[in-house]
Amino acid sequence: METVKLTIDNREVEVPKGTTIYKAAKSLGIDIPVLCYMDLHDLKVENKPAGCRICVVEVEGRRNLAPSCSTDCMNGMVVKTHTTRVINARRTVMELILSDHPKDCLICPKSGHCDLQDMAVRFGIREIPGQEFAEMSTYKKDFSPSIIRDVDKCIMCRRCETMCNDVQTVGALSAVNRGFMSVVAPAFEQDLEKSPCTYCGQCVAVCPTGALTEVDHTAKVIRALSDPTKTVLVQTAPAVRVALGEEFGMEPGTLVTGKMAAALRQIGFDYVFDTDFAADLTIMEEGTELLDRLTRHLNGDKNVKLPILTSCCPGWVNFFENNYNDMLDVPSTAKSPQQMFGAIAKSYFAEKLGKKREDLVVVSIMPCLAKKYECQRDEFKHDNNPDVDYSISTRELAHMIKSFNLNFAELHDEDFDRPLGESTGAAVIFGATGGVIEAAVRTAYEVQTGKPLPKIDFTELRGMDGIRSATIDFNGLPISIGIAHGLGNARKLLDDVRDGKVSYHAIEIMACPGGCIGGGGQPLHHGDSSIIKARMAAIYREDAGKTIRKSHENPYIKQLYEEFLGKPMSDKAHHLLHTHYFKKGNKDIYI
Amino acid sequence: MTKVKSLADLKKMKETLQSKIDLREKGDASESLVQIKVAMATCGIASGAKTVMEFMMEELDKRGIQAVVTQTGCMGYCYAEPTIEVKLPGNEPVIFGYVDTKKADDIIEKYIKNGEFVDGIIPTNYETIDNK
Amino acid sequence: MHLLVCGGTGCKASASDAIVETLKKEVAANNLENEVQVILTGCFGFCEKGPIVKVLPDNTFYTQVKPEDAAEIVKEHLVKGRKVARLLYTDPTKNEHISDSKHMGFYRKQIRIALRNCGFINPESIDEYIARDGYQAIGKALAELNPQQTIDIIKKSGLRGRGGGGFPTGLKWEIASKNAADQKYVVCNADEGDPGAFMDRSILEGDPHSVIEAMAICGYCIGATKGLVYIRAEYPLAIQRLKVAISQAREYGLLGKDILGSGFDFDIELRYGAGAFVCGEETSLIHSMEGLRGEPTVKPPFPAESGYMGKPTNVNNVETFANVPVIVLKGADWYSSIGTEKSKGTKVFALAGKINNVGLIEVPMGITLREVIFEIGGGIKNGKKFKAVQTGGPSGGCLTEKHLDTPIDFDNLIAAGSMMGSGGMIVMDEDDCMVAVAKFYLDFTVEESCGKCSPCRIGNKRLFELLEKITKGEGTMEDLDRLRNLSHVIKDTALCGLGQTSPNPVLSTLDNFYHEYLAHVNDRKCPAGQCKSLMQYVVDAEACVGCTACARNCPVNAISGERKKPHEIDTAICIKCGACIEKCKFNAISIQ
Repeated sequence: METVKLTIDNREVEVPKGTTIYKAAKSLGIDIPVLCYMDLHDLKVENKPAGCRICVVEVEGRRNLAPSCSTDCMNGMVVKTHTTRVINARRTVMELILSDHPKDCLICPKSGHCDLQDMAVRFGIREIPGQEFAEMSTYKKDFSPSIIRDVDKCIMCRRCETMCNDVQTVGALSAVNRGFMSVVAPAFEQDLEKSPCTYCGQCVAVCPTGALTEVDHTAKVIRALSDPTKTVLVQTAPAVRVALGEEFGMEPGTLVTGKMAAALRQIGFDYVFDTDFAADLTIMEEGTELLDRLTRHLNGDKNVKLPILTSCCPGWVNFFENNYNDMLDVPSTAKSPQQMFGAIAKSYFAEKLGKKREDLVVVSIMPCLAKKYECQRDEFKHDNNPDVDYSISTRELAHMIKSFNLNFAELHDEDFDRPLGESTGAAVIFGATGGVIEAAVRTAYEVQTGKPLPKIDFTELRGMDGIRSATIDFNGLPISIGIAHGLGNARKLLDDVRDGKVSYHAIEIMACPGGCIGGGGQPLHHGDSSIIKARMAAIYREDAGKTIRKSHENPYIKQLYEEFLGKPMSDKAHHLLHTHYFKKGNKDIYI
Repeated sequence: MTKVKSLADLKKMKETLQSKIDLREKGDASESLVQIKVAMATCGIASGAKTVMEFMMEELDKRGIQAVVTQTGCMGYCYAEPTIEVKLPGNEPVIFGYVDTKKADDIIEKYIKNGEFVDGIIPTNYETIDNK
Repeated sequence: MHLLVCGGTGCKASASDAIVETLKKEVAANNLENEVQVILTGCFGFCEKGPIVKVLPDNTFYTQVKPEDAAEIVKEHLVKGRKVARLLYTDPTKNEHISDSKHMGFYRKQIRIALRNCGFINPESIDEYIARDGYQAIGKALAELNPQQTIDIIKKSGLRGRGGGGFPTGLKWEIASKNAADQKYVVCNADEGDPGAFMDRSILEGDPHSVIEAMAICGYCIGATKGLVYIRAEYPLAIQRLKVAISQAREYGLLGKDILGSGFDFDIELRYGAGAFVCGEETSLIHSMEGLRGEPTVKPPFPAESGYMGKPTNVNNVETFANVPVIVLKGADWYSSIGTEKSKGTKVFALAGKINNVGLIEVPMGITLREVIFEIGGGIKNGKKFKAVQTGGPSGGCLTEKHLDTPIDFDNLIAAGSMMGSGGMIVMDEDDCMVAVAKFYLDFTVEESCGKCSPCRIGNKRLFELLEKITKGEGTMEDLDRLRNLSHVIKDTALCGLGQTSPNPVLSTLDNFYHEYLAHVNDRKCPAGQCKSLMQYVVDAEACVGCTACARNCPVNAISGERKKPHEIDTAICIKCGACIEKCKFNAISIQ
């Protein structure tokens, strides 16, 4: 490998050619402040518009200061990272950015997690010269079902744009206007709701300030909890338990399933259930649908569409309704676990309690912002009463726990309630990319072959690569499987399928990089993708520790079918657990 | 139009075109024509060059003066737009500034017909590449 | 015979009308009316020595003529055929009289190279272009030179980019030629955006073929078969003439496949810009052509490595291209004989502002500002005093009296705190407030910043606000410090050329006109009387007769006073509309 030698702050360093000054300095332990720059190394995502100009350094012989995040090292370069010229420039630029930023940190949803705030603290900014006559750029606040855009707080770091366009290929956000009024917004500064936004929330996950945040439902949840006429049920998604601890200072990848259940109970939820139960149910329905389509396909039925696409991910559902609406019959009709849970809770469980569905309030804790939109979809309502009333994110749950005075770290582990709290290892791995399809394979294999699995772990389906494929031997029948996470990868894979370049029997797609563990509602990773990897490891640890690891072996699922649904894909199951998709994409975005 | 196939072709073509234009510009006073160029860049047009050009074409025709009126680009005299260049056979070209239809009428009657100058001549104040 | 009397603004002020009158009288007195015609002309552009009288056909050039000289001119020159030696132009270097204007150095001040065909040929006729050596240069390159030899000519000529940056053109071509790729592009930057600059439009409107030919030469040199002209949609005539020219060139086979039987293919397409100033910056321009937001990216990679569609791309400005065919034909030595050591050839300037001869001029590098302003430009309008000249548009700076004798070239202008830019040159007189001038340019950059980097997006706005505060008379000494620091930081940290140069108008006026800033801040006065907030309308009690005309016409009732007694203006109410001054018949109201 070709290397270059240079001097940074009087220290010599040798780095591979193409290394930026910022990274070379980091290798020497010199931490140059960066603001717009973001490197999600494991996801191969890098945002370096070199726009904020906070990371500037002095390079000998160069007329102006160089942005260290995007200037490559050269042989013989002499770099100084903290001359007075540099410090004065950084500070002045920081003051400029703050001069056009609201100062309502006290009530800002990002307060305490804001990169800009951290930087202001680090620089020790105490006043902003000339603020009294400085105009601020202000814009209309935009409320969508999932995401709030308060772009007065936008600092044009363009991270959201990189996520939305380069990673997710959704194309809802880009820089608009010029000069002082430049801001990131949907085309023509329309509302997000009128844009092709999928609510995947990746923009929120990387926004360094409070410009992009989730719609916060915690106040509504607390009001429901305090209403004596309501029975409030809560369900928690698999990815929440591997990330929630981070909000309480725990190491990324700490499993807090038991503490979370304890906290929810102390907060006052009447029943603490688990979305994992519904994940097992999803496998029963989706797995059966897969086998059904597969069998008909193998028997030569020309009408049957393959591959079958997973449909658990609401961001992904929005994406294909927008972009692949010629393929609406390809995805599985099975609802997502969140919605299956709601449908069962407000029917089966309501009956068990002897209550009307209106008297139940179903709250979901999700790593996801698209879930907020999903539970508001009309097809998931019954007489205008939604199957899931409120969906709140992992971050919102953390805020609730804090506001309820709970010492999370000290809580004793508790279990979920029965019957809707029991789950298998197959359900837990729904939280990571490749997990849904692995869970489906575990069940489908045994149902199809009638034989027990020789090994439960399908490591060939795991990993962080954006697009993966594997062929699983169903006792002589090779089943080819494709996996994509991140919508950009999904687009590549789907385009190849549509063009006939590749063919699979089944494909799992998750909108967020890494799967739900990297969801838009998770604790902010601040550009550190090793956090996502740690969460993934925790997911597989939880699975390995479960006694039951195949969905069809969940005793409460068996009981549900016996008592209520009959069998997978029965009429009743169809009515409650399956859905259909809509053509979108012709939204009125051009005024 | 046939394509120019080689540099030799192009050179030959240049010679022919050049002599045609020379004939038009320098040829026998008795036979050749009055040459009028109107500066028709955006700024010229904006200050009325089009009207002047149309006027010139129509009036020269009406008054029985054989002339060629062509458009050309910016002459550089922004302060005096519209500008036109008039070349009488056998004479140096003369540039007139601030030309409106009244001035154009003057130019036809006095300069083109009788060789009398009218006010508003703009002296050329640059060198061309040919003599540099 | 003709007697041409200069009727330019400068000469008229020094009685050229009277000269015409007396000349006519003298001509009549000598019975020469049928042979001699006296004519008032446009400006000769030599106002320093005006009034001018030129005698045709012998081209005698009389300078500083007074009405009383008329008799002598007529009697001596016209009647007796003897030139009036004392009125002849004296060459300042050789100290000898020059009788024939064709030999005057003054008329060598302008050389038209880039503008060689503008105003000569019909831009919509390829034949006229060919008749003036058009397409001979590409022919010569294809038949007699290999690409490297052609690049060497351009390199040796010393041609530097005319869009403002001044990067050596030949070197740029060489770099692009050395980057191997399956496809390369030649881009012509016709996104002329400096306020007041219009040379690129003039060239495209007057001589589109020269640009087409040059692009083909460039394509041959760097190994590109595709050319793109990025032109702003606000230039409809230039677009139309380019389109006509391209289709004519295609018809003649001078664009398209196998040009002149050489096997070289080249064709050109147009791309329209929406008029964003930043799209004149080459990376922004390329992004805009790709359909992306017009905003710059960090260089390297330079377009020569990774440009349009990620392919090696050479971007040159219109004027740069317009020079190329002549250089190839006449040779590098010919071209490099014009200009200064490091800046060769000529530069086109759009001369504007408080100057008599507003116009498009082409001058050799090395000419002084004084020559441009006082000789070619004919001096300052209305006999006012010269104060400053702004070059380089919003990226440039204001130069003063002390810079007037500096030879103009890329490096000298930068050393003086301004820059060449694309060639806008705006002249200011004693009535211009330099703080307001700086504010004007900042207003432009605030509007035209792409908004990508914080120093330019927010910093320029803050500079503008500070200047506004100062022009309102609310500035403090601290503001002046802040202005300077902010300007330096923006220059030091902005991403692209736009931001790195946008504080130049502020810094150069701070350097050269600090006393004006001080007057605004300390005395709350605008010395040029331009800043409205700092003006006060005052009634001169001695001159006021108390006619009440002012009070009756004041729209805000700011004037009070009894009949036949001096009136007073309440400055707190006064909106400085000027209605009172207009109505006062006794000149009793003044602005202070």
